[in-house]
Amino acid sequence: MIVSGKAVLFGDNINTDIIIPSKYLTSLDPNELAKHAMESIDPSFPNRAKEGVIIVAGRNFGCGSSREQAPLALKYAGTKCVIAESFARIFFRNAINIGLPILEAAGISGEIDEGDVLKIILEEGKIIDETKGRVFSASQLPNFILEIIRDGGLIEHLIKVLRGNET
Amino acid sequence: MNICEKILAASSETKCVEPGEIIEAKVDVAMINEITGPLAIQTFKKIGLDKVWDNRRIVLVLDHQVPADSVRSAELHKIMRAFAEEQNIPFLYDVGDGGVCHQVMVERGHVMPGYLIVGADSHTCTYGALGAFATGIGSTEMAAVFATGKIWLKVPSTIKINVTGRFRDFVTPKDLILDVIGKIGSDGAIYEAIEFTGQSIREMSISGRLTLCNMTVEMGAKTGIMEPDEKVLQYIKERADGTFRIFRSDPDAKYGRTLDFNVDDLEPMVACPHSVDNVKPVKSIEDVEINQAFLGSCTNGRLEDLELAARIMRGRRVKRGVRMIVTPASSEIYFQALRNGTLEIFIKSGAIVCNPTCGACFGGHMGLLASGEVCVSSSNRNFIGRMGSPEAEIYLASPATVAASAVTGKITDPRMFLEAEA
Repeated sequence: MIVSGKAVLFGDNINTDIIIPSKYLTSLDPNELAKHAMESIDPSFPNRAKEGVIIVAGRNFGCGSSREQAPLALKYAGTKCVIAESFARIFFRNAINIGLPILEAAGISGEIDEGDVLKIILEEGKIIDETKGRVFSASQLPNFILEIIRDGGLIEHLIKVLRGNET
Repeated sequence: MNICEKILAASSETKCVEPGEIIEAKVDVAMINEITGPLAIQTFKKIGLDKVWDNRRIVLVLDHQVPADSVRSAELHKIMRAFAEEQNIPFLYDVGDGGVCHQVMVERGHVMPGYLIVGADSHTCTYGALGAFATGIGSTEMAAVFATGKIWLKVPSTIKINVTGRFRDFVTPKDLILDVIGKIGSDGAIYEAIEFTGQSIREMSISGRLTLCNMTVEMGAKTGIMEPDEKVLQYIKERADGTFRIFRSDPDAKYGRTLDFNVDDLEPMVACPHSVDNVKPVKSIEDVEINQAFLGSCTNGRLEDLELAARIMRGRRVKRGVRMIVTPASSEIYFQALRNGTLEIFIKSGAIVCNPTCGACFGGHMGLLASGEVCVSSSNRNFIGRMGSPEAEIYLASPATVAASAVTGKITDPRMFLEAEA
């Protein structure tokens, strides 16, 4: 699976209240959530993300609550992949479960600049910075997780597995 | 093996597991609330199964915005009720019948030692205080649990935190956990479990133990846990029936690392804006003026917390210009505090007592902050915008510090009220 987009940079400890504030959680519409993604620290994000972006962040991305609305808001805003030094575990699982590609890459945050064009080869954990002509490695995801992402998320994956069991 | 590894081995029906291993575990109890639940329900329906895996192992709690504060909240509540009805789930804690989900879970007998519990809320880790392995998950994952009763988990490496010493008066388990988070850092325990041991833990009330385990997620931990003892068994006996298994860590159990804390000289601590690991002694920031004092949440909204705060509030007034919001964590606590006169002390002092709800802690309703305002809160997160305006500031502290600050109008070391008591 290959995704590409321009890099948007964020720092350390970007928590779920920043990604999507609690006041919007009464909405079940991911497109509505997307309009408010990151608004308390970067109101221009939803607009910039529309063309398809890759978030590159520091440590502990997605810390805080278990709200799946956080990766949903990012995905529907146009985020193609989130790369960070490290992730809070619930966010990491949620992203996979909704089919948002996610990669942990130690040392990445200082290497990539805002707006760099990135190409990600998910299966190989490879991050190609086409602007700089450099290649970085991320931790490789286990096969069963890659399969969930490729199927478009856990539910799509589960439906496939359940159907497979029937036949 | 340590207690976490033993529970995970039992729940995945193997003899032995090791950190880093990925297992498929059987879930004993799954909990949702009305913020994460409707998305899980909607997603469960997409799978196309008629029935959940086990209707008696699912708990639904309305707590974040109760009673409904808007039509949109009311619609979410309606989805939860309809799902309980349609799936014949007996454990729906509706408005007036429960309270904050994590308190309801322990109080109403859904948490037992040795259980593997998943909740669609990050503070699910609270239940480790009763010897369960409990962790937060998202809505889609919960939908899959509803369908299969199973979940994949990576066996975490465990940090052992050994606590010795005796708390001084008006110094609480909240001050200890803030101190721990300040030292470990808000990402210092990512993907790991935390096991609390030591004399101070054994001497601690269930209420204090719940506070410690509750905030382990603020270090990124997968769960916080303690070995169940007589106090836990007594607590369970009064609230639950059913079978359970007691697991204890082996003497030669392995840990990622071991940290020692002594509480003899611990003083009241506070987490300053905007990060839970920005922890300082209360004494060092006593000139910070406040607009709001919040006492409540799954961290510190229990009877013991309210009674401690009331010791300070008794016969005193909330400072003019400050509002104090008291939100008991459950209907049971509300009733006990009403009956023993604790709520009367708050009301006489000029505080407002709200119904059990996540309320102000979650920034949903009942006590939001305006721009430029400062709140001292007994809750668990001080992130930007957590309790309302992104331009507000939140200081996290113990119930005693919250009460003392409400009286003086500035962040205050509660020990200044000890002399008056003597």
